[in-house]
Amino acid sequence: MIHKYQLNGYYIVLDVNSGAVHLVDKLFYDLLDDVDEAHLTEHCPQQIVDKWSGCYPEADIRETYAEIVSLHQADQLFSVDDYDRFAKMMTPSPVKAMCLHIAHDCNLRCQYCFADTGEYMGHRQLMSFEVGKAAIDYLINHSQGRHNLELDFFGGEPLMNFDVVKQVVEYARAQEKPHNKLFRFTITTNGVLLDDDKIDFINREMSNVVLSIDGRREVNDRVRARVDGRGCYDTIMPKFQKLEKARRNGAFDQYYVRGTFTRYNKDFAEDVLHLNEMGFDQISVEPVVADPSAPYALTEEDLPEVFAEYERLANIMIERAGTEKEFNFFHFMIDLDQGPCAIKRLRGCGCGNEYVAVTPDGDVYPCHQFVGHDDWKMGNVFDQSLDQERKAQFAAATVYGKEECRHCWAKFYCSGGCNANSMQYRGDILKPHTLSCELEKKRVECAIMIKAALAEQA
Amino acid sequence: MKHVKTINHANLKESAVKGGCGECQASCQSACKTSCTVANQKCERKQK
Ligand code: SF4
Ligand code: SF4
Ligand code: SF4
Repeated sequence: MIHKYQLNGYYIVLDVNSGAVHLVDKLFYDLLDDVDEAHLTEHCPQQIVDKWSGCYPEADIRETYAEIVSLHQADQLFSVDDYDRFAKMMTPSPVKAMCLHIAHDCNLRCQYCFADTGEYMGHRQLMSFEVGKAAIDYLINHSQGRHNLELDFFGGEPLMNFDVVKQVVEYARAQEKPHNKLFRFTITTNGVLLDDDKIDFINREMSNVVLSIDGRREVNDRVRARVDGRGCYDTIMPKFQKLEKARRNGAFDQYYVRGTFTRYNKDFAEDVLHLNEMGFDQISVEPVVADPSAPYALTEEDLPEVFAEYERLANIMIERAGTEKEFNFFHFMIDLDQGPCAIKRLRGCGCGNEYVAVTPDGDVYPCHQFVGHDDWKMGNVFDQSLDQERKAQFAAATVYGKEECRHCWAKFYCSGGCNANSMQYRGDILKPHTLSCELEKKRVECAIMIKAALAEQA
Repeated sequence: MKHVKTINHANLKESAVKGGCGECQASCQSACKTSCTVANQKCERKQK
């Protein structure tokens, strides 16, 4: 399978199964329409020469055809799909990552919150240390031979229960040696309650921190409002800046400012640039996923504008590459050479298999987005239970287990999308949310185009 | 080659045979998290 596209003046061809990316000329690009992938003859068939000889010199056509054949022989073009056998071997894995819902409560009322403004269709509740401790034991117990364990403090707003965050970190650290594990902590916060003490703790202990802010003041405050309706930009921006500055000298440098764009700000590249101007260089701004009836929801209709905006952003990033104003846009980061192995790419999302979420009651769910959907409950940390049948179902949710993904050119970049969105919008974890697919494919095209442009410039 | 320039040295197939140790970061592709494109992740396998 190949995927070819034109963007920003480049002709790009992806060989899906080998992962090779080719920058080609127009003749090469055109000829690909006529070559028969299954029966690639050694010499250029006469009808191909005849078809194109009005546009290109015959010698060039033959020469290009020969290049196609030689790339095929090198297994870099029309390479065969033999991943099915690996997909079939994808059995359930140990649990190694956990999302700890430290607070089912929030001090903001963001309109697009998937978590029901922190309540998760339940009631406002903070996790006790007892539950947190049992969750750590549960993770260690279910992680078997895995060494690296990930624990994400999530909410609601985790800073509303920060004392328990500290206690859990302390407890988990004490378990590392006896159990031969390494914990990596991460936290996602809206920033409202950040102070010097919390910044210090986060920068010392959390290998990654996600700072939620949508970009420009008016964009952020329209959607990310407090209980009384006031916006939060002026409170959080200086705190985030302080955290980021302090982090530069710390043990961990990873962080992201992350925002959501909606129908209200389809010019979201401006928000990315704004965040960069405010001093951040690790930026993630992502499309809202919402019921189409919501006023802020993105729909099929919005795609052309959103696509154009992604292209605009990609061009700005090419211009800025190598300059002081360079920044990372999370969704355009792609490693074409040293990225993860193909096995990892077969099943991107670890939900319900190597990743679980734990609620303030100690209930275990496949991931944070399944919390509140009672049918999906998988166990409880106090009795160590874990529904193995459910786990096997998620383990089988590879790109080869999903019919649409199997035939999708982006499968090894996307790895099958979000199971929770699939469940919510199409009623089946094996059926990807179509709008998200369109957006993902556009982002991959842009990300690869950026690589191509930079390779050309070099 | 004159009409094509290959810009990477990807060998996904080889990586399938050698990979799958499971030590790398679990990824979430949803907008509500540190969502990411799997393809940008770091491999943590000790010996390649
Ligand atoms: S650490 Fe590397 S080899 Fe192991 S599963 Fe991840 S990407 Fe594959
Ligand atoms: S873009 Fe959609 S169809 Fe393609 S791999 Fe991702 S989830 Fe599957
Ligand atoms: S199902 Fe979606 S939200 Fe849950 S871990 Fe997977 S990608 Fe993330």
